[in-house]
Amino acid sequence: MPINSRASQIKAEVLSNKKIGAYFHMIFGVGEIAKYCRPGNFVAISVGGTGSSMILRRAFAIYRANEKSSQGGTLELVVAAHGSGSRWLSERSVGEYVDLIAPLGTSFGIPTEPVNALLVGGGYGSAPLFGLAEVLKSHGCRVDVLVGASTGMKIYAPLEGKRSVSSMSIATEDGSAGSKGKVTDLLPELIEKFGSEVIYSCGPMAMLNAVNQIATQREIVHQCAVEESMACGIGVCMTCVIPMKSDDGLIKMSRSCIEGPVVDGSRIIWSQPRVIPEGTWGS
Amino acid sequence: MENSFKAFDYGTRFGGRYFPNPIFTASGCAGSGKELSQFFELSELGAIVTKSIALKPRSGRATPRMAETPSGMLNSIGLQGPGIDQFLEDDIPWLLNRNARIVVSISGETVEEYASLARRLRSVNGLFGIEVNISCPNVENRGLVFACDPVASRSVVESVRRNMGGDYPLLVKLSPDVTDIVSIAKEVVSAGADGLALINTVLGMAIDIDKMRPKLAGLTGGLSGPAIRPIAVRAIYQVHKALPNIPILGMGGVTSGRDALELVLAGASGISVGTATFGNPNAAMQIKNELLTLIQERGFNSFKDAIGAAHER
Repeated sequence: MPINSRASQIKAEVLSNKKIGAYFHMIFGVGEIAKYCRPGNFVAISVGGTGSSMILRRAFAIYRANEKSSQGGTLELVVAAHGSGSRWLSERSVGEYVDLIAPLGTSFGIPTEPVNALLVGGGYGSAPLFGLAEVLKSHGCRVDVLVGASTGMKIYAPLEGKRSVSSMSIATEDGSAGSKGKVTDLLPELIEKFGSEVIYSCGPMAMLNAVNQIATQREIVHQCAVEESMACGIGVCMTCVIPMKSDDGLIKMSRSCIEGPVVDGSRIIWSQPRVIPEGTWGS
Repeated sequence: MENSFKAFDYGTRFGGRYFPNPIFTASGCAGSGKELSQFFELSELGAIVTKSIALKPRSGRATPRMAETPSGMLNSIGLQGPGIDQFLEDDIPWLLNRNARIVVSISGETVEEYASLARRLRSVNGLFGIEVNISCPNVENRGLVFACDPVASRSVVESVRRNMGGDYPLLVKLSPDVTDIVSIAKEVVSAGADGLALINTVLGMAIDIDKMRPKLAGLTGGLSGPAIRPIAVRAIYQVHKALPNIPILGMGGVTSGRDALELVLAGASGISVGTATFGNPNAAMQIKNELLTLIQERGFNSFKDAIGAAHER
């Protein structure tokens, strides 16, 4: 399978930019490529304009893609302006253009038969799960969503997203919204209650690890979207690697931009950060 | 008048080998080639310089491996790769099939490993060059950076020269992290190098002031990008001045045709595009087109005439 065979580098027009809670919801006109974008895929956007000292693209998970909106093919992103690059992007006005490459990476696997799916998101990591929820719903799945963040302001749960799911649970560490605690405190009882057969997750690595442990104990399929600092997004720089089991049974430092971001949780070696796990190929 | 009817010669030479244009990839910045082929035809490059390949598979360093810095980035990959066997089985045939001109970059921990790698490449037909990477900053022991030591550099180059086959050029990639790059350059040329690749990344470091720890798991990393371009221009200028007949593959923060021209005027016979590709997968092709226009606009009769033109003649 050729790498990123659907990816194109385009100039995308900002069609909308609205602040929602702690985040910016942005819509881009991308034409044709919207039809190749799947939940879990990401985009890589140049930031800072010509001559910027920020030389690397920023990666954003696709929140939703719409191939036939009234403005043609569109992509929607949820941007957390926590660094200088994402802040620059969040400051773009309607009518401006950005240099964007999409779609990149793997997407969430969609079951061939209707299943009970539980979607778990941390912070703005919950955004791509709402696009996934719509697709799962259209395949006849039951879709329950669990989102968490440090505080209520950082929960991303849009109104239209709530309508397309069977239930929505919220956990915040400070208790300012939903129940007080982490998503993983609620997860076991929700799995029980809804008879969840597949878990999809997106958020910080520590959360994905904790979700994976619960999924593994219960022998539930778990697909997660990973994140690791990334320079290129297209597979050439070798910076965004994560230790994963390969098809040949070896543990390899694998690129999260190409073999991910969506990976089966059972493939990942959930090691301590900053070390190469023992037994890794070539270590 | 006759000249104006001839096609402009954009080609360049390293050790007798002709390349139809001077734009190469930089080692370690083009993956296996497959990743970039989605964006342009690899045969459009002067050559693809492969990632530096070692004898055995290498996992590379732990993450985080990358930190963006002003007009640059630090990387600490640690030469991750499949090892020479799998590389010869998978990567090389695929590239040859795409009609890419290939310069294989090799990296060893001992002189004997470099010799073995050079021997292994003798079985490969169709290569356009070998780049001996003696300057990767991402190794555990700084003492192992051969390019910081003239005697060690000489041993590696002599042994590759003795063991390599083919009539393709032997390029040696040097580090800017030395007191006198000209003396190292002279040493490797007298040991048998046909050309030099200047410059490798500059050793650097960044600290996260919130976590109060180094940003990279490997602590230090190689700085690349426009931030190091003046260092590349200086190194190329100095070495070209001292060794005007030795072709230099110039690299260091080239992002546009203008940047490429600066290195050519300093003395580069070819340009490798590295970090710019991370920000723009089509960077090499854009630079190729822009540089050609800039050279023609300045009235040069061929690409060759522009090499080292900033030196007083």
